[in-house]
Amino acid sequence: MESTSKLLNEYFIEQEPYYQPTGNEITIFEAAYKNGLPVLLKGPTGCGKTRFMEYMAWRLKRPLITVSCHDDLTASDLVGRYLVKGGETVWIDGPLAQAVRAGGICYLDEVVEARKDTMVVIHPLADDRRVLPMEKLGSLIVAPKEFCLAISYNPGYQSVLKDLKQSTRQRFIALEFDYPTAALEAAIVQQESGLDQDVAARLVKFAGMTRNLKGSGLEEGASTRLLVHAAKLIASGVDPIESCRGAIAQALTDDSEMLSAVNELSSSLF
Amino acid sequence: MADTQPIAAPELEAVLDELLEVEFTFRSTEEPVSLLVQLGRSDQDFMMDWIRRVASTHLELGYQVACHGTRALQNMDRHIIESWALHVMDVYDRFGLRPALDVINTLDTFIQDQHRRLHGAILQEQSGVLLGFVHGLSGRKLKIAESASTYTDTETLYLPPIQAEMPSELENFQLYKVTVVFLWAQTRFGTFSLLRRVGALSEPVSTPLLELFFAMECLRLEGIIARELPGLHRELDKIQLALAEHALPQAWQAIKKQLAAANATSADAMKLAQEHLGRLEPYSPKSFHGELNLEAVRDCMEARIEREKAYIRVSLKEILDEQQEKLKRRNGDEEPKFSAQKQQDDSKPEGLDIQILIDDQPLLMPPEMANAVTSVIMDFSDLPEEYLVPAGDGEYDPNFFKEPETDPDEVWSGTYHEEGAYLYDEWDFQRKHYRKNWCAVREKNVKPVYDDFVQQTLNKYTGLIKHLRKTFEAMRDEDRLLKRQPHGDGVDIDALVEALADSRRGTEMTDRLFTRMHRTERNIAVVFMVDMSGSTKGWINEAERESLILLCEALESLGDRYAIYGFSSLTRKRCEIFHIKHFDENYDAEIKARINGIQPQDYTRMGFAIRHLTKVLKAVDAKTRMLITLSDGKPDDYDIYRGVYGIEDTRRALIEARQDGIHPYCITIDEEAKDYLPHLYGPAAFTVINEVRALPLKVSDIYRRLTT
Repeated sequence: MESTSKLLNEYFIEQEPYYQPTGNEITIFEAAYKNGLPVLLKGPTGCGKTRFMEYMAWRLKRPLITVSCHDDLTASDLVGRYLVKGGETVWIDGPLAQAVRAGGICYLDEVVEARKDTMVVIHPLADDRRVLPMEKLGSLIVAPKEFCLAISYNPGYQSVLKDLKQSTRQRFIALEFDYPTAALEAAIVQQESGLDQDVAARLVKFAGMTRNLKGSGLEEGASTRLLVHAAKLIASGVDPIESCRGAIAQALTDDSEMLSAVNELSSSLF
Repeated sequence: MADTQPIAAPELEAVLDELLEVEFTFRSTEEPVSLLVQLGRSDQDFMMDWIRRVASTHLELGYQVACHGTRALQNMDRHIIESWALHVMDVYDRFGLRPALDVINTLDTFIQDQHRRLHGAILQEQSGVLLGFVHGLSGRKLKIAESASTYTDTETLYLPPIQAEMPSELENFQLYKVTVVFLWAQTRFGTFSLLRRVGALSEPVSTPLLELFFAMECLRLEGIIARELPGLHRELDKIQLALAEHALPQAWQAIKKQLAAANATSADAMKLAQEHLGRLEPYSPKSFHGELNLEAVRDCMEARIEREKAYIRVSLKEILDEQQEKLKRRNGDEEPKFSAQKQQDDSKPEGLDIQILIDDQPLLMPPEMANAVTSVIMDFSDLPEEYLVPAGDGEYDPNFFKEPETDPDEVWSGTYHEEGAYLYDEWDFQRKHYRKNWCAVREKNVKPVYDDFVQQTLNKYTGLIKHLRKTFEAMRDEDRLLKRQPHGDGVDIDALVEALADSRRGTEMTDRLFTRMHRTERNIAVVFMVDMSGSTKGWINEAERESLILLCEALESLGDRYAIYGFSSLTRKRCEIFHIKHFDENYDAEIKARINGIQPQDYTRMGFAIRHLTKVLKAVDAKTRMLITLSDGKPDDYDIYRGVYGIEDTRRALIEARQDGIHPYCITIDEEAKDYLPHLYGPAAFTVINEVRALPLKVSDIYRRLTT
């Protein structure tokens, strides 16, 4: 166990990550953190949820442990398990237990992807008890006040199977994220890619066009992350239309008709 | 090896006589034979094949193709003859014999048209891309429709069916795109809201002024397009060059500059037009500018303005009702007031962003309402005060602003039309080609019948249902604990003890020491396609209903996704799919009543039903998709859909379904089915049940065997 805190050193974020607040999310997060309340980040993909977590971890000077959830994630993947080493069993902490012990921030990304029964293990951590029961060890870890639990999910996937249980969601302070305003988004694209203002503004306009198509052919519009990808390609000298095609259009859809429509939009703009 | 010697005249005559049924039609095959005999063997074979295929549709057409086609083959490519012959049959299918004969007689025009078709862009093919394109631009959700002239009524863009002004298909598509953008720009950048403001929509305006204004407005819009969509503007320049448009007259150049300024509005264009009226000749608008159709705009706008006003006011009322409690607490008895907060925002239509406030608190509008507000701003450049008064009780009829629901039976009263029908191709085995958009398919609802049939069935088969539930439950998804795994959550103590013993003994220790939970997932979606033809009348129908109820009971305990549809037809114009249970509906009293309401209808055309349900299945995300048909006989319909034709079309539809990754299966009570079902479904994908009474017992059992 003594190695835990040493290990976590690499989870500290040394350099300030670039983050542009879109509202008062930083204040709310800090207030929640001070009061030991868990946080739920809601919002479409690629709008800056993970970047926000990195920024907050840097700001609060806590290690950040991110777990990307998937349907095979079991409770032991989070809490820990016995392994067999040289004929003996050894207990190894899972990422959640590590974060709790070290008083770090544990961020469960895309939490709805995990199976519902898995998520129940975070319940005692996410209310006023703030403990993590280690069923197999037969012990409890009490979370220090520095520990923070954050989860994210994308309400856009309207599937009955991929919804957060009420008993889970009602334990969290929710922060809603959305794509930033056009001017802010252009500034972000500029900062991340080093592109000039005019092209960045046009990319953002293009993103707006794809977001108009949400519901009439596209499941989601282009995210800020995709814009940054395209901007990086453009900044390295790739033709803007080609960049939009590769970094945005192809990422959004496989439908050939929709692809042509999106490509026509980008070639109209550049 | 094919023969290389040309066929001799007598032989040709004999074959043609038979193909064209000369015995009954008394036609002379002398002319075609004299033409055919001059051809080489391979050309002869080619022509005979096509004559056979066309003659299967209509003898006269076959004869005409034999004469004209053979003559044309001497100086024309085979593929043109092929597409011409297909076009002839297509025209015959759609419009009858006379127009088809016209196509034959005007082979030259067809070749010219063919050139247009080859190099032109066809709206039908491009409308998907164009629609996506125009939805991506901001503003109203516009529609696209075919029309002889190019204009917009502010909700629909009317475009010509074929665009062939430019030499290549790509350029013609670009021309379409530019046209779409100009029409969109008219709705988006205030052309019509200005015309409404100056009263041009309500009273007639002098034509010269209107023409001059439109010419000016086009210049202004071009300026906007150059700023907003520079890439498109480059294409526009190229098109103008290629169309060899004359450069603007000198007098217009200055005006163009003035109107291309960023702050020019349509009011400026109107002012300029008034100033220059009589002094300046308007240049003729180009095809991609479209034309003004004020009548259409007025009708469309008037209807929309009323509709949206009603919609917004009713929505406000709904919001009030929802928030009543909260507002009362805050305001006491004072009536809450709505107001509009306007903000300059150049990215929005009319440069205006309007936020509706409820007692100074911003209101979160649902997307439809936000769209309606944007649309109002596009018409008025503002949100008029009266829109912010919530509607009174019963002030509006909700049907007024909702899309009217269409009743599928309505088409049979009044004039027949194919609006709202799904059109499917049908395979003609003689023609070796599809008949295009041949079946008009409509989805109808089964009228639920509430009586004690369901209960009786459940009582009658209590024992069986219990048994089915048990066996089906055993097939459900399960978490199983896998032992002796190389990776896992827990330690497998038994394995560990053995391994330790092994290592003490000095043998190698296994690494399979863990236990792991494994979930076996059933990811199956199944559609049941139930024969509702007239021949099922009586106990077949009863057996079908009973089987469906037992099946539903069993499937509910299994948890597979399933849907049930019935089908029946009366000629290709009246193909009907009866909706009994969609995938997303729960098995409840209503569904039970619908199953009970299954009534024998007309005939059994199967191709369209398979094609339609394939489409339904394809939309479902599942690992395994199945289409199970419950039937009592061969495919058969009142028209040509009998015998080989029906079987071959059904077979083709099943092949299409398999290509889409769907597993078709057939359960039938037709004892002769063994003769034709292997040809349709393959040797192992059907079951023939000899006794109708056994159907309910068997169907669930077959499903269980199929999916384990």
